[in-house]
Amino acid sequence: MTLASMTRKYEPRQVQLGPDGQRVATTAMIASLAAEGYDTVTAPFGHALVAAAQTDDRIVGLTADLSKYTDLHIFAQAMPDRFYQMGMAEQVLISAAAGLAREGFNPFATTYAVFASRRAYDFIAMAIAEENLPVKIICALPGLTTGYGPSHQATEDLAIFRGLPNMTIIDPCDACDILGMVPQIAAHQGPVYSRLPRGKVPSVLTRHKPDYQFQLGKAQIILEGKDALIIATGFMTMRALDAAVKLEADGVSAAVLHVPTIKPLDTETILAEARKGGRLVVTAENHTVVGGLGEAVARTLLTEDVTPKFRMIGLPDAFLEAGALPTLHEMYGLTVNQVAARIKAWL
Amino acid sequence: MAEQSRQHAASNVSLAQRAWNIRRKALLMGEVQGQGYIGQALGVADVLAASYFHALSYRPEDPEWEGRDRFYLSIGHYAIALYAVLMEAGILPENELETYGMDDSRMPMSGMASYTPGMEITGGSLGQGLGIAVGAALGLKRKKNPAFVYNLMSDGELGEGSTWEAVMSGVQHRLNNLICLVDFNNQQADGPTRNALAQGQEEAKWAAFGWHAQRVDGNDLAAVVAAFDAARTTDHPGPRVIIFDTRMCKGVDFLESREITHFVRVEADEWAKALARLEEGKPQ
Repeated sequence: MTLASMTRKYEPRQVQLGPDGQRVATTAMIASLAAEGYDTVTAPFGHALVAAAQTDDRIVGLTADLSKYTDLHIFAQAMPDRFYQMGMAEQVLISAAAGLAREGFNPFATTYAVFASRRAYDFIAMAIAEENLPVKIICALPGLTTGYGPSHQATEDLAIFRGLPNMTIIDPCDACDILGMVPQIAAHQGPVYSRLPRGKVPSVLTRHKPDYQFQLGKAQIILEGKDALIIATGFMTMRALDAAVKLEADGVSAAVLHVPTIKPLDTETILAEARKGGRLVVTAENHTVVGGLGEAVARTLLTEDVTPKFRMIGLPDAFLEAGALPTLHEMYGLTVNQVAARIKAWL
Repeated sequence: MAEQSRQHAASNVSLAQRAWNIRRKALLMGEVQGQGYIGQALGVADVLAASYFHALSYRPEDPEWEGRDRFYLSIGHYAIALYAVLMEAGILPENELETYGMDDSRMPMSGMASYTPGMEITGGSLGQGLGIAVGAALGLKRKKNPAFVYNLMSDGELGEGSTWEAVMSGVQHRLNNLICLVDFNNQQADGPTRNALAQGQEEAKWAAFGWHAQRVDGNDLAAVVAAFDAARTTDHPGPRVIIFDTRMCKGVDFLESREITHFVRVEADEWAKALARLEEGKPQ
């Protein structure tokens, strides 16, 4: 029985054809942004955790049946006696991580972003955040990085965790960010949530800014520009950088401010850049436009009386479709061409 | 033979007296607030007496002593009961009793780890303690610390899926340093637990999962003590559970017979009456 309020998508649809006239296959869980012209690093999180664990013997790793899919398997293979398989049980994953933290350990717990933000939320809130325990919750499949459908697309996780006090939130762009982030969050004396790419992860930031290094809590200018300021996070910083290069060829100069730490937000840098008059300000995130980077920036600017022309690029307030990832990125306006076109149109 | 921890061997105060003292303190706190989860406190007092004066090792002056047996109150609303035993044990000063539930008190109505020495976790949301205890037990093993982790939970929490995740996890990781105590009073917010989620054969269920399981009358101190001894000394290669059948409001007969006891209603003039009833049952 179909209730009046429910949507149904049973009608046959036009089969999508790619540029070579072939059917575009649905890329299921193993989603990768690697094919975008950048060098890649394999499993940066796993390798960085092993390196950090070599000098910090309090580090332990736990997963809820997703070590292979969160790059924690690298750590599990290198340090099997410091790895705990918790089974498909996210609530005990998080609770046990809290218990280990209480006993003085530095736990890194992994699952998918959807499962941490939805089914484990009360445990993160009460067992970890409220007690300010140093548990690091590291999750794969941020936002729209899989065509598997809403059950696996973490579209609202930044909004959910932004509401939680004591939580540090990081949405890294690339391998540079991940490699720099891991030792810094390992040293952080409080809870951390990070949503990150896995597998073959592009190295983007050092291509545009060779001396770039991740700094916890800091937003950094990657490209300078005078017509527009793109404030971006996660893989949308990669899209923003590629769009800026494209816009340059069309005589439009766009700056890119990369904001990997969503909470605490580097309001000082954001305000300083936004105050540089005469620029369109555009935020860009791999997340719903509700409650993420865009609204955080808007609140920051408006409460300080900084009022440039302001627009947001992000996912809509909707459950997303299932399908091929490139098609979905096109559908939701996340591609380089679309980012560039929208900025030109707004200027 | 009683296997009480060495700490308590020399005491000349009987467990019955300790349990009575706990009941009395809980009633005094209830009187301060005019309300409270007093039914639960009266029911679980015998289990708490055996915990803190027979089984657990701890240092009253150093509630975070690394060698202590950990005691997790998964049932945050039983804070009134835990405060009573923490005062009886000398971990909290008796003169703070009057501050129960007040502004700036170290004894809020729902147990909060950041407020109170001896309150190891924040159990308000229910169903979380056992999972955290699994993690603590893993941590203790990593440190080769022989202490036990005790988790006190309720029959209501057996409804939460998170409880059963922890039950399976405890067995998976062979946590023979984990002891779960279930206060089974068959009452929850909307009435008898048996009217809510099917609960039968509790001991058999836990045993089927792989726990060393016991079920005893939680208001019979001799049985309670024997159960603690068995749980601590068995060579079962995994976690231990003791299901305690307790009576809400035990020790004050006119409260025991009230139909609704989960948040038992006690009129302003009845606190003194309850204390007087309890006084009549004082151990000799």
